[in-house]
Amino acid sequence: MLTAEEKHQIDHEISLVPAPKNACIEALKIVQHNHGWISDESLKDVADYVGMSPAELDSVATFYNLIFRRPVGRHVILLCDSISCYIMGYEGIKEALHKKLNIQYGQTTADGRFTLLPNCCLGTCDCAPALMIDNDLYRNLTVEQLDEILNKYT
Amino acid sequence: MATIYIDNTPFEVPTGKNLLETCLTLGQDVPYFCWHPAMGSIGACRQCAVKVYKDENDTKGKLFMSCMEQVRDGMRISIVDPEAKEFRAHIIGWLMTNHPHDCAVCDEGGSCHLQDMTVMTGHNYRSYTFDKRTYKNQYLGPFLNHEMNRCIQCYRCVRYYKDYAGGKDLDVFAAHNHLYFGRAEDGVLESEFSGNLAEVCPTGVFTDKTLKQHYTRKWDLTMAPSVCHHCSLGCNISAGERYGTLRNITNRYNGEVNGYFLCDRGRFGYEHVNSVSRIRKSLVRSNLPEATDKYTALQAAAQAMRQGRVIGIGSARASLESNYMLKTLVGEDNFHHGVSDAEHDLIELSLKILKESSARTPSMREVEKADAVFILGEDLTNTAPMLALAVRQAVRQEPLLEQVSKANIPVWQDAAVRELVQSDTGPLFMAIPTITKLDELATQTYFADPDAIARLGFAVANIIYPESPGVRGLKNEDMHLAQQIADALMKAKNPVIISGTSAGSEAILKAAANIANALVAKEKTAGIVFTLPTSNSMGLAMLGGHRLQSAFEAIENGYADTVIILENDLYRQAGEGTVTNFLKSCKKVIVLDYLHNQTTEHADVLLAAGAFSEADGTLINNEGRAQRFYQVHPTIEDIQESWRWLGELGTIVAHDQISWWHGYDDILSAIVKEHPEMEGIKMVTPPSDFRIAGQKIPRAPHRFSGRTAMRANINVSEPKPTEDPDSPLSYTMEGYRGQPPSAMIPFFWAPGWNSNQAVNKYQEEVGGHLKGGDPGIRLIEPDPEHKVSFSVAVPEKFEPMDGHLFILPLHHIFGSEELSNQSPPIQERIPEPYIAVNTDDALRMKLDEGQLMPFAIDGQLYQLPVKLSTTIASGTAGLPVGLPGVPFAELPAWAILNRELQWKPQHQTTY
Amino acid sequence: MEKPLTQHIVPGRAPLSLKEYEKVGGYQSVRKILKEMTPQEVQALVKESDLKGRGGAGFNTGLKWSFVPMGPDAATPKYLVANADEMEPGTFKDRVLLEGNPHQLIEGMILAAYAIQASISYVFLRWAYKVAAREITKAIQEAYDAGYLGQNILGSGFNLDMHLHTGVGRYMCGEETALLNALEGKRANPRAKPPFPQVSGLFGKPTIVNNVETLCCLPHIVNNGAEWFKKLGLTVDAGTKLFGVSGRVKTPGCWELPMGTTIREILEDYAGGMQDGYLFRGLLPGGASTDFLVEEHLDLPMDYPSIQAAGSRMGTGTMIIMDDQTCPVGFTLNLQHFFAQESCGFCTPCREGLPWVEKILLAIDKGEGKPEHLLTLDFHTKYLGPGNTFCALAPGAMEPLQSALKYFREDFERHIHEHHCPWSKAKAWQPSI
Repeated sequence: MLTAEEKHQIDHEISLVPAPKNACIEALKIVQHNHGWISDESLKDVADYVGMSPAELDSVATFYNLIFRRPVGRHVILLCDSISCYIMGYEGIKEALHKKLNIQYGQTTADGRFTLLPNCCLGTCDCAPALMIDNDLYRNLTVEQLDEILNKYT
Repeated sequence: MATIYIDNTPFEVPTGKNLLETCLTLGQDVPYFCWHPAMGSIGACRQCAVKVYKDENDTKGKLFMSCMEQVRDGMRISIVDPEAKEFRAHIIGWLMTNHPHDCAVCDEGGSCHLQDMTVMTGHNYRSYTFDKRTYKNQYLGPFLNHEMNRCIQCYRCVRYYKDYAGGKDLDVFAAHNHLYFGRAEDGVLESEFSGNLAEVCPTGVFTDKTLKQHYTRKWDLTMAPSVCHHCSLGCNISAGERYGTLRNITNRYNGEVNGYFLCDRGRFGYEHVNSVSRIRKSLVRSNLPEATDKYTALQAAAQAMRQGRVIGIGSARASLESNYMLKTLVGEDNFHHGVSDAEHDLIELSLKILKESSARTPSMREVEKADAVFILGEDLTNTAPMLALAVRQAVRQEPLLEQVSKANIPVWQDAAVRELVQSDTGPLFMAIPTITKLDELATQTYFADPDAIARLGFAVANIIYPESPGVRGLKNEDMHLAQQIADALMKAKNPVIISGTSAGSEAILKAAANIANALVAKEKTAGIVFTLPTSNSMGLAMLGGHRLQSAFEAIENGYADTVIILENDLYRQAGEGTVTNFLKSCKKVIVLDYLHNQTTEHADVLLAAGAFSEADGTLINNEGRAQRFYQVHPTIEDIQESWRWLGELGTIVAHDQISWWHGYDDILSAIVKEHPEMEGIKMVTPPSDFRIAGQKIPRAPHRFSGRTAMRANINVSEPKPTEDPDSPLSYTMEGYRGQPPSAMIPFFWAPGWNSNQAVNKYQEEVGGHLKGGDPGIRLIEPDPEHKVSFSVAVPEKFEPMDGHLFILPLHHIFGSEELSNQSPPIQERIPEPYIAVNTDDALRMKLDEGQLMPFAIDGQLYQLPVKLSTTIASGTAGLPVGLPGVPFAELPAWAILNRELQWKPQHQTTY
Repeated sequence: MEKPLTQHIVPGRAPLSLKEYEKVGGYQSVRKILKEMTPQEVQALVKESDLKGRGGAGFNTGLKWSFVPMGPDAATPKYLVANADEMEPGTFKDRVLLEGNPHQLIEGMILAAYAIQASISYVFLRWAYKVAAREITKAIQEAYDAGYLGQNILGSGFNLDMHLHTGVGRYMCGEETALLNALEGKRANPRAKPPFPQVSGLFGKPTIVNNVETLCCLPHIVNNGAEWFKKLGLTVDAGTKLFGVSGRVKTPGCWELPMGTTIREILEDYAGGMQDGYLFRGLLPGGASTDFLVEEHLDLPMDYPSIQAAGSRMGTGTMIIMDDQTCPVGFTLNLQHFFAQESCGFCTPCREGLPWVEKILLAIDKGEGKPEHLLTLDFHTKYLGPGNTFCALAPGAMEPLQSALKYFREDFERHIHEHHCPWSKAKAWQPSI
C-alpha cells in the first residue's frame, strides 16, 4: 500500500508530465526512498497508481541499476569500478570490503547492515579510488580508512 | 515512382517505402529479424545491412540498415557487397553466441526464420567458445510454450504484443545481454491474440503448445487452405495434419481479411476436431451400442425419409454447400434455419441493411485504415476478435495522417511514429452495455442498455442528416455526446460504423444503418460493418429459409414427423424444454454432426460428418465475402462432408435434382443457378479439374518424409494415395511446385524461406495483396440505384421493471462459441458462469459479489454467482451466453427474480 | 588568462547565492536578451561564436538549435534539457560546474530556452551527484523567487519552468535520445535519428539537449560577444574548456584552460607530471570512449580537429593516463566490462559483441588467450563502427580497444604467448594435458 505521503509526492510528479506513467521512475524513487527497495508488492502498487501494468513498470524498473528489485541492507555501498579507480587500485578496496564484510558483490551482510554493489564511474576520478555509501561520497580511499568509514553506519 | 540501382541493376519502385521492404518486394533475399511488415521498422537487429553509395562514383559506400532507409530516386545500393555480406554473417554470429543451437529438439526447427536467415547469411562456423547465458522459462498458459534461451532479442514479441495488440502482461526486462522477454511472473498470457507470438517470434522462444502435444515438423504436415469456423470474420488459416490428427493452425495471409494474424480462439480452437467428443462412426439407434457402417446408416436414414414427412434444420456453422444440399433434399418449404428466431431476424435484418445501404461494408484491412470509428453494442474482442485488432490499428490513423505526415516521419518508422504520437488516438466512440477491452482506446464510452445505445445512434444520424429521424426526450448530455460523435464522423475521411447482432437489438442495427446512410447522404465515404453470430450466418441468410419456431410448429401440428438436423446443437438455439419436446415429438431424428452434444443424444440416425478439416465447403463471412475451405487429409472411418452424406441420401431416395449431381462443382453450379446473387462463389477458387501444367497442387511439402513407411506397421505395401475428386489439390507432395492461385495456397514456402515469412514471396508487394488478388469474392456491394430509406423505428427509453432484470447477452471469446468450447486448451480459459449485476441494483437487492442469484428467463431457471458491474445499466444484467453451465435463453429478455430466495440472504445479513 | 566558467568557483567554498551571483554580473545576459534580442538573434550569436557541444560530439551549438521549428505553427511545448548525466568514465568536469556555480547553468539554460522558445526545461542529473542536486534545487528555487523562472520572466512575456530530474543509473542516459526516454519514464534505449529531437524530442515535442558545460558558456557569449569567445581559444576552436586529468599523475584535477592548450602543458604544468616511479604509456584524451594517444601526441593542442587528426576525439576533454605499471589488457578489459554492462541491449552488435570482447580480454588477461582471439577483437573493432550499431555506445567502446590493439599489440601478444599477464604476479597458465 502506498502511504498518503507517497501518493502526495507521486501526485506532484504526475502533475509535471503529460501522462501519469511518465512519472513512473520518480514514483519508484519515492517508494524506494522509503523502503530501500521495490518489492513485487510495491511494484504493483506503483504500477496501479500511475496506470501501468506490473510488467510494463517492471520493464522500466529492471532496466535501471539503481532501482533495487531485491532487498538491500540498511546501507548500500557503491564501489566505483571504472577506469580511473582501476588505475588507482580500487581492487584492493574491493578485496578489503569483501573480507571485512564477508560479502561479495550483490550480497548483503548477515546483519542486514550493508549491501555491496559495483558502480560505474562516480565522476570523481581525480580523487580515485572512490565509493559511495548512501548519500555520502568517499574519495582518495585507502584500505586503512575503511574501518573508520564503515563504523559510521549502523 | 523512383529508380534505384541494386548491384547496378535499375529497378522502378514506389517511393515512400523503406529499402528492406522494397528489396523484398523485388524478390531480393535480404535477411531481417526485427522488422515486420505489419509493425514497421525499429533498426534493432542490424541484420538487414546493405551497402549504400552516395552516387555512381562512390565505390566505397557505407553500411546502412535497409529497414531504416527511405527509398530515394537514383539510390545506389549493393546487397552482395562483400563487406555487407560479412557484416550480416557476423550479426548471426553474434546472435548465436547465446543461442543454444538446439534445433533438433526445437519445435520451430524446419520452419524457423532464424535457421533460414543463418543459412542466407552464410554464417556456418561458430567461433564463440565461451559460456552461454541461460534463463528460466515461464508458464504462459495453455497456448504457448516459453524457451527463453533461444531468444535473439529482436523485440518483435513485445512490439507485437504491446504496441500492436494492446497487451499489458508481456514485456522486456533488464538490460544489456540479460534481456528477458516474458511476463512479470509466471501466468496465463492475457491477450486474446497471444498465439501470434508463435509466428511473430523468429525462432523458438514462443511456440504453439498445442502443436507440442502432437508434434510434427512443418515439412511432415499435410496442409490445406482453410477458413476459420470460430466467428463470422472468416480469417484464413492453414490447417496441418499427420497420421489422421489435426496438428496445428497457422496464419494464412489474406491482405483483405486477417493479414498476418489470428485470434487465439481461431488458432487453438481446432483441437475440437481431435477431442473426445468427436463422432467418428455413424450410429443407428436401433443398433446401439454398436457403431454402424456407412451404408447401414444411409439406409436407415433413407428409410426414415421415405416413411416420414421430412423437414430440415440447417446450420450457421455448416457450409453453404451442406445447407443448400439439405434445403434441396427436404425442399425449400421445409428448410429451416437452425438459429434462434431472434438471431434469425437479426441476421436477416443485417443482410437487408447491407444490401440496401448506400454505405459499403469494408474489409478488415479497410477498417484498419478508418480514421474514425463508432461501435454500437459490440464487445468486439469477444464477438469478432480480429475486428477488435483492426480497430486497434484504426485509432492510430488520425494521428498518422495529421501529425506524422506533418513531421515528415515515414509511417513505417515505428518507434519514431509512436514517440511523436505518444498516446494520442483518433476518434473511437463506443456505445456498449458494459466494459470491453477496447474501452481504453475510446475517445468516449457510453455504457447503456440497448435501447439507449440505439437512441444515441439515431440521434447521431439525425444530427448528421436531419432526414434521418430524431430522438425525443434525449438527455442533454447524451445529445452533447451525439453531437461530438457526429462531428468526429463528419470530420473523418474514412469513418466506419461497427455494430452487430451480439447485443440482440434490431434497433441498434437500424440506428447504425441510419448513421452510415446519413454519412453517405452527406457525401462521405462511410463504411458499415456488422458482426454476425457464426461463421456462416451470412451464407445461411443468403440461402433463405424458415424460422426455427416454424420447424417446431411443423412437428407439433403434425405437418411433419421427421427431421434432419445439420451440424447443429438445437439446445444452443432454443430453450431446453422446447427442444426436448420437439425432438421427442419427432418420429425420426436424423442428425449429421461431428461433435457429440445434447441434440445428438436424441438422434435415431447419427451420420458422422466431417469437421472443417475433413470437408470442402464455402463460408460467407460478415463482409459478404465467400471463401472456400478445403479438406486437409483423407478421412477415415466413414467420416464425410455433410453435403456428401445428404447427396448420397438424395441419390438413394432418388431425389430428382440431387441424383444428377456428380461432384462438388455441380453443387456450386446448382446454388448459383438458384441464387444468381451468389454467382461469385464459383470464382472463389478454380474448379476441381483445374490443373497447372497438368498437375494438381500438393498439400504436402516436397520434403514430406516417411510416406512409404508411415503405414508399414499395417502393410508394407504403400497404399495408393487417396484421390481428391472435389478440388485441384492432391493429398501428397506430388504436384505443381510453383505458386498456386492465391485462394489455394496450402502453406507458404519458398526456397530458403521455410517459415511462414515465406509469404513475402507470395505478395504483390510485401505486406500488400497476394499475387493474383486476396482470396474470397465479395457478394454484397451497395446498389447506387437503390433509394435509401432511413429507419424510423426509434425505440422508447428503457424502463426498468420492478422485480425484474432485463438480461443482456454478454460474450466471451473463450466460452461463447460452440466448437472451440470442445478444444481442451480453450476449455482451460473459459470463465466460470456468472451474472453481471449493476452495483447499485445489487446493493438494493442486498447481493454481494459471488453470492448466488436465482432468476428465471422464459421458464428457464438460473442460479449464478453475482459479478458486480459499475457499468451495466441499472435494471439490466449481463448473462454470458454459450458458456458451459449456462442454459440457453433468447436474449435480451426479462428475468423474473425469485424474491423468496433472494430475500433470505438479506434477512441473514440484516443487523 | 580568462576563466569565465570557473571564475566564481572556489573549491571547498559553497557556491554563490543568487544575490551574490547577481553582484558579480550574474543573470545580466538574461536581462539583455529579453530586452534586446530576438530568439533568432540569440541563435545567430551562438552559431557565430562557434561554440561546440562540450558533451563529446563537438557539434556547433547554434547550428543544432537552428533545426528547432520556430514560429506560430511549431509544436508546443518545446523543451530544453541540460544533460548533467555525467557518466563517461574518467570524466568529472560537469560536477565542478554543477557543484560550484549552479546559477551559471540556470542562466545558460534560460538563454538556450529563449533561443528556441522552450517553455519547459529539465536538468537531467546523474544520481551520484548528491551535492549538485542539493545546490541546483536551491538555485532553481532562488531563480523562481527572483523572477528569472516562471511566468512572464522579467515582464518579457517569456515563460520558462525548470525541473530537476535525478537519474537512476545507466550510462546510456548520457546519450541524448536515451536521456529523453528516461525523462519520459521509459527504458533508456536510444532513438533512431532522424527524426532528431529538435523535431520530435521529449514527449514527441521539439527539444534541445545540451551539455552542462556548453550551457555554462552561453551567458559569457551573450555578455561578451562571439568574437571575444572565439578569441579565447588558442587554435581553431573557440572558447575555454574544462580539461581534467586522472590516473597516476602528481596532482590530478580539472582546470579551465583555453581551447588548444597542448596535452603536455595540461599533463605537466597542471597535473604535475607522472607520479614518481611511474612512466607515461598512453592516454585517453576525452573519456573512456576515445582512442588512445601516446607519447608522440603529447604536443598536440587539445582542440577538436587536432585530436581527430591524431585518430582520436576530444570527447569530454578529461584525460585518463595509463602508466607503465598498469596492464594495457587489464585497462582495456576494465573499459570493455563497463561498456558491456552499460549496453542497453537494443541492437545486436553492441548487446552481443561487447560481452564477447570482454570475455576474450578476460581470457587473455588470465593467460588463456589464443592467437585467433586477436582476430575476433579485430573484426569487432571493424564492425562495431558508427552506423553499424544503433547508437554511439559500441563505436565508443571500440575506440580505446582498436587503439590499444594498435599501440599495445605486443602486450596483448605477450599475454597470449606467455600464458599469463606480465603485470600480474600470478602463476602462469598451464595447459592441461
